[in-house]
Amino acid sequence: MRIEPLGDSALLVRVAETFDAEQSLDAVLRATRQLELAEIRGVLDLAPAYTTIGVFYDPAQIGAFDEFQANIERALQRDLDSLRTHEAATIEVPVCYEREFAPDLDEVAQHTALSPEEIIHRHAAANYRVSCVGFTPGFPYLSGLPPELATPRRASPRKEIPAGAVAIGGTQTGIYPRKSPGGWNIIGRTPLRLFGVERNPPALFHTGDRVRFRKISRQEFDAFPA
Amino acid sequence: MKVLIRSAGFLTSVQDLGRTGFRQSGVSLGGALDLHALRVANALVGNDENAAGLEATLGTLRLAFEDDRLVAWCGGAFSVRIGGENLPAGHAGLVTENGELTITAPNAGGRAWVAISGGIDVPLVLGSRSTDRRGNFGGHEGRALRDGDLLSLFIAARFEIAAAAGISEWSAPAPWAATNRNGPVLRIVKGADWDRFTPEAQQALIASAFSVAPDSDRMGARLTGPTLERVEPGDLLSEPVVPGTIQVPPNGQPILLLGDCQTIGGYPKIAHVITVDLPIAAQLWPGEKVRFQEISLSDAQAFLREREKDFGVFRAGVGLHLR
Repeated sequence: MRIEPLGDSALLVRVAETFDAEQSLDAVLRATRQLELAEIRGVLDLAPAYTTIGVFYDPAQIGAFDEFQANIERALQRDLDSLRTHEAATIEVPVCYEREFAPDLDEVAQHTALSPEEIIHRHAAANYRVSCVGFTPGFPYLSGLPPELATPRRASPRKEIPAGAVAIGGTQTGIYPRKSPGGWNIIGRTPLRLFGVERNPPALFHTGDRVRFRKISRQEFDAFPA
Repeated sequence: MKVLIRSAGFLTSVQDLGRTGFRQSGVSLGGALDLHALRVANALVGNDENAAGLEATLGTLRLAFEDDRLVAWCGGAFSVRIGGENLPAGHAGLVTENGELTITAPNAGGRAWVAISGGIDVPLVLGSRSTDRRGNFGGHEGRALRDGDLLSLFIAARFEIAAAAGISEWSAPAPWAATNRNGPVLRIVKGADWDRFTPEAQQALIASAFSVAPDSDRMGARLTGPTLERVEPGDLLSEPVVPGTIQVPPNGQPILLLGDCQTIGGYPKIAHVITVDLPIAAQLWPGEKVRFQEISLSDAQAFLREREKDFGVFRAGVGLHLR
């Protein structure tokens, strides 16, 4: 574990050198929990992402910087075994893969040399884990895409991707929480609402959550309660 | 009591000091692009420093008030008037019932922050009144203001200004009030990925002038200049970023991230603009040239502590005038 400055009002805790969706992500979640529980004075926000955690602080409130950094180091060494770590939820995501919701299915088929049916089958059969939430509020980056489905991002991003679009970008899959520009290959759509400011936390997905997709028909998509 | 937006100008939004605590959900900090300017303006009118005010871009804003309010502004080289009276940056001015505040196009610098005594009464969304235009939430209906919008104001503490024309004689320190600079130089500290860049790139960042590109916005100032090359190209894992981060996409042209930046980024972070210089970064405008100067992290933190101390004294000083 290494602590590096991220400008003059944030730190980067480097938990692991390489990413994997199990061990290194568990280590990041654990370290995030340790920092949350320590309630270190001056810390305003924490943001885990893959192998690192951003620690955002108010420089006017932290006292001596060396001492602040030492507090963080101490917090990261604290024994968590007696404390409950964040229980990762398992979230089932219904996805309609029908043509009108899957404008890039043919391109993914071409790139992977698999039939559209086979892509849908393999995408819906895999187990995923949220490795990071970001890009736009509530956007989950999911690890666990079967390697044979990996498809590079589109050469030119789309100006507008609809809310709920399920897409493949490189070796990851993800879901667009709201209408936004984006460069990933769209292969389906979920009726789930991924982000709402009236919820706490506002995002449906949390880093570390487990995710499965369930294929639904167009009728089921339309009948899904808003 | 309310303020009527007679003319909303080019891009005006309700902002406070931003949204913290929701980065794990991917929610940006947002808030006034120059947080310090809004704090100073708020202090001048007797508000809490986090009260919601207006961020105006390129001016041509006209506000009409239903009751007496103190107003103050900080930012670029705008011309601001209360009725016919000039309101200089960093002064408090009294707008009387049915009075009008006008902000015309700036001579230099693109943004201004306006505080109104009481503060703007829009709902707290995820702990902030700031407008998140990408997320369409916060502020006034999650959007930029339009002509004819009517914003509620909180009740302000009683105040009196003993000055001719209702403009205060006391003011904020000039460097806080007027934040545009001729030939802006931003001080930086090294980023986590500094060593991923070639010595030539490291040198070029410090020695060259960069132009601000037209597609710059509240998420970031896109800069063009010498290509900043990496020792080894290749994709990196996304990591947290923060306003002030200078990241370099594969084309080698740096992007200086500002308040609405994403919570994470996958491009290498060559450097960070220090917090006390972010007000200058918030005034960068397309076509303008900017330079960078490297300082140590301990100096950056010392400058910030010093400013906070000065701000405390300033706020106490203003308190002597507002009763």
